[in-house]
Amino acid sequence: MKSITEIDNIGSRTKKDRIFLGLVVLLSVVTVSPIVLIIFKLITKGYKQLNFGFLVEKMPDTMQAMTAVANNELIPGGIANAILGTLLMVALASVIAIPVGIISGVYLYENQGKWMANLTRSVSDILQGVPSIVLGLISYLWVVKHITNGFSALAGSFALGIMMLPMIVRSTEETLKMIPQTLKEAGLALGIPYWRVLFGILIPTGFSGLMTGILLAVSRVIGETAPLMLTALGSSVINTNISKPTSAIPLVIWEFYNDPNMVDLIWSSSLLLMIMVLAFNLTAKQVAASRK
Amino acid sequence: MNSDKITKIVLFSVSFIILIIAGGMVFSLVGGAIPSFKTFGLGFITSSQWDPTEGKENYGALPFIAGTLITSFAALIISFPLSFATSLFLGEYFRNTRVAKVLGTMVDLLAGIPSIVYGLWGFYVLRPFLIDIGFENQGFGVFTSSLVLAIMIIPYATSLSNEIISMVPNDLKEAAYSLGSTRYEVIRHVTIPAARSGIFAGYILAFGRALGETMAVTMLIGNANRIPDSLFSTGNTMASVIANQFGEADGLKLSALISIGLLLFLITGIVNGIGKLIIKKMS
Repeated sequence: MKSITEIDNIGSRTKKDRIFLGLVVLLSVVTVSPIVLIIFKLITKGYKQLNFGFLVEKMPDTMQAMTAVANNELIPGGIANAILGTLLMVALASVIAIPVGIISGVYLYENQGKWMANLTRSVSDILQGVPSIVLGLISYLWVVKHITNGFSALAGSFALGIMMLPMIVRSTEETLKMIPQTLKEAGLALGIPYWRVLFGILIPTGFSGLMTGILLAVSRVIGETAPLMLTALGSSVINTNISKPTSAIPLVIWEFYNDPNMVDLIWSSSLLLMIMVLAFNLTAKQVAASRK
Repeated sequence: MNSDKITKIVLFSVSFIILIIAGGMVFSLVGGAIPSFKTFGLGFITSSQWDPTEGKENYGALPFIAGTLITSFAALIISFPLSFATSLFLGEYFRNTRVAKVLGTMVDLLAGIPSIVYGLWGFYVLRPFLIDIGFENQGFGVFTSSLVLAIMIIPYATSLSNEIISMVPNDLKEAAYSLGSTRYEVIRHVTIPAARSGIFAGYILAFGRALGETMAVTMLIGNANRIPDSLFSTGNTMASVIANQFGEADGLKLSALISIGLLLFLITGIVNGIGKLIIKKMS
């Protein structure tokens, strides 16, 4: 028990209260400062290089870059090969993950409480926690070694697809849970076939929720580097063949980082990557907000 | 067969793909790990050799296991005051205000920054800064990696504890206020005890995140295949050694890297499992 004098000591208690509030505010500001610092750094160092040519031309070779740097000019060329590679692989990953993810989400929603659904849900949660580099290893063992017989865009997409899958499963199930049960019952009562109730009523009703989940999943995988190092490998030319090595924006950032002549390009590439991530992320938020 | 039945079968078989992927994953990792465990036995986990010289290849995973656990644990400790303060800011002090919304969005965006961008920022901004203020003399190693990891896991640690803190029943808090408590005392004696296990679970999940982070750590830890002997020493983590050594790997070395992948898979699985179990017990 506290003594009366201690409880009565309102002055020091209020002081403690104020100090604690100050500390919470201060630490919270410190917490979010990196996002401001990082974006500021990317913009100040990267904006000059980020022009039209940067988006449509392919990667310069290291000699061109060296000459440009020596003459104090902007490095010529761009990262079109990486931009196209990223778009290709993310699109392919979505084609793999979205149908499987949505249908599995519907399955989990329709079988609440059954052991098979519980097992699938737990396994999907485990998949979500698997480090992305391990997914890269798996895609290497399955796709690179046995399907494309070499590093390929398909292998990269597969790794990214497995990453997206559990996120989509979860967001689908959560979205469906928020739709009133009566909607489904009304559909069934009208004699509409089960599959049309699911895919003609439930999914369209929850569309914006599903969209949010998909956009967030895309924004999460678009910056992934490690799994692509083991699968897509990278390529200095524009490649649209999914069974060939392909570049991606995070992969070229890694290449530039390791090449002293090209190192100036890391900032503009990172800025572009960051813009893409933010675009997906904020669009997802917007879609989610418009629902409410 | 009617269409309802077909629908049910389709739903079931498509979702079964998830189980096949997860099962196949374990199967392939174990299969790939067999050669190295056959050669080195359990010594693979306890040995700190890493010698790729042909003919006398010798691989052990201990330095990487140690590196992973040390960096992740240090990251957790560094991130604790920051993310805890942030979750109090969002879930208690400024709940449902505009400023909380802005701050919350910014915290979410921290989770969106790609690992490689964190790595670049750590390398070109944080590392020189640490050297300048005399905190570090080389800038590479466990401490710098943990610092960046700490920032990376903040959103994961914050989001769950923020949610749990904002769910503490108002009745409890109001009862304490009516007894004359200050806000700090309410937080200290009511909110935190009521939300304790949820907050704890959030940190365990954040720890699980830190274990598997690859690029940022690869760029900052110094890639030395040894057990870190201090916070400022260089090292390697399980994820970073896979990223670093994979390019030139085949045969026994590839198997050793896959074994490390398997161990990483198991460790993160256990950590995440514990976190989820605590959450399940709460609800």
